[in-house]
Amino acid sequence: MAQTLAQKIVARAAGRTSVTPGEIVTCRVDLAMMHDSGGPRRVKPMLERLGAKVWDPSKVVVVTDHYVPAADEESRGIVRTARDWARETGIRAFHDEEGICHVLLPERGHLRPGMFAVGGDSHSPTGGAFAVYMFGIGATEMLGVLVSGEIWLKAPHTIAIEFGGRLREGVSAKDMMLFLIGQLGMDGGQYQAVEYCGEAVRALPMQERMTLCNMTAELGGQTGLIASDRVTADYLGIADADRWDSDPGATVLAHHRFDADTLAPQVAAPHSPANTKDVSAFSGIPLDLAYIGACTGAKLEDLRMAARMLRGRKARTRLLVAPASKRDEEAARREGTLGVLIEAGAELLPNACGMCAGYGPSRLPEDCVAISTTARNFKGRMGAASAQVYLASPYTVAASAIAGRVADPRDHLS
Amino acid sequence: MRAWVFGDNIDTDSMAPGQYMRHGIETIAQHCLEANDPSFPAAVRPGDVVVAGVNFGAGSSREQAPAALKHLGVAAVVARSFAGLFYRNALNLGLPVVVCGQSDRIRAGDNLAIDFEQGCIANRTTGETFACEPIPSHLMAMVRDGGLLPHLEKRLRHA
Repeated sequence: MAQTLAQKIVARAAGRTSVTPGEIVTCRVDLAMMHDSGGPRRVKPMLERLGAKVWDPSKVVVVTDHYVPAADEESRGIVRTARDWARETGIRAFHDEEGICHVLLPERGHLRPGMFAVGGDSHSPTGGAFAVYMFGIGATEMLGVLVSGEIWLKAPHTIAIEFGGRLREGVSAKDMMLFLIGQLGMDGGQYQAVEYCGEAVRALPMQERMTLCNMTAELGGQTGLIASDRVTADYLGIADADRWDSDPGATVLAHHRFDADTLAPQVAAPHSPANTKDVSAFSGIPLDLAYIGACTGAKLEDLRMAARMLRGRKARTRLLVAPASKRDEEAARREGTLGVLIEAGAELLPNACGMCAGYGPSRLPEDCVAISTTARNFKGRMGAASAQVYLASPYTVAASAIAGRVADPRDHLS
Repeated sequence: MRAWVFGDNIDTDSMAPGQYMRHGIETIAQHCLEANDPSFPAAVRPGDVVVAGVNFGAGSSREQAPAALKHLGVAAVVARSFAGLFYRNALNLGLPVVVCGQSDRIRAGDNLAIDFEQGCIANRTTGETFACEPIPSHLMAMVRDGGLLPHLEKRLRHA
């Protein structure tokens, strides 16, 4: 029987040759990722209560990114717990204040196509860009994984999302996702596997593919997957990526086809990522602040998009940039991208979740109107409940920062 | 069980707001759903039920979202549909979550009785009854123990 990419990985992890969507299977976990907020702080006391040990510390990755930099005693305690626990547990893959977990996983070589992985964070589907079946779980489920090395799930149906053609200049993966979430809704993914395919997806560089899979969280899928290919292998620095893909003719729950050629830059208005329209519907809205940050919006590729807009120009709004990882920031500095942003007036923030998570002291003030490359504009998430957050691509956020109002990035390219 | 009624896509950030996430559940719970209904955290009473539309629990993996509801004594959440991650978290923490296609027929303040294993909601205020998806008995056993962790502890003690 023809199987989807999702079925193939789940079957492999369940020790089976195939699985039927809807059946409940138990899978061996190849990798479990946790960050400071949902990780050690929460699982350590539970492990102690059970008197249990971690099944395989070599399969666990711990990252500090949510309470970074720690601004108060509670936050310092949370980060300290992550450090101490990683050391005591013998977890060697501990990345301390080096960037956002979803960006570090592939950057530090933890992912390989065909893996089955869980993460203690809802944006864990980011790993799906590398044909890894990866999804977010809560701390109690993580406890179950840590003591058993296993997790149950309903073998997923696959929803195929095909983008034909090519994206136009000034249009990016973020626009594809905001468009999709607007079209299908925040529950469009039905907690199934979403597979992104088609010419426009294949043409995306790896970090743009990560943006697609990352925002499967906002689409309501369990995971978001892209078949592995040459681009995957090159990014991971491996000679050849095993080809993990869907068989021709495999049964899918739905197959949505969209045309990348005609896609305009998208903007999601407050307070939902599904409030999406073409940028023209919002152009002219005055802005106080532009934010370029988060796993979904401040990777090297994202910084490059912003720099293309900002080169030789000045931001009229306050412009905050929080590069998603230390290495991406260093690469951006070496190639001059970071210099362009700073020259344009950008204030540089630490390589962490920052305002996107809204856990730290830097939050949007009352009545602030912001445009942001982040994933969620829920009321009050990034700051005051009265703050208004528009979501958009790095191109659109940068173009809007220059204009001081929501602006179409294509006007700057011509 | 008195009903509190909310809309669609109620997100985890409104149940466990980010700015309080560094604190314990007592503090987080004091701000649970205040963005949607400022009176909720102070006025909700043990045994009350949260009723909502589609995709309840959208957003984050944070368990503090269902934990805050449970801390306030919320006895169940009834919604037309749930975000998958929240659904698993809620059951793992011992908070019953009930999928009911007619959740929109329930009004704020209605007095409900829910049979989780039979999959039935009786609205004692209006006399209506609604079918809902039953929660399998092995999962209800875990919910009654207070969630996966106390359930495992109990099983280890008896092993």
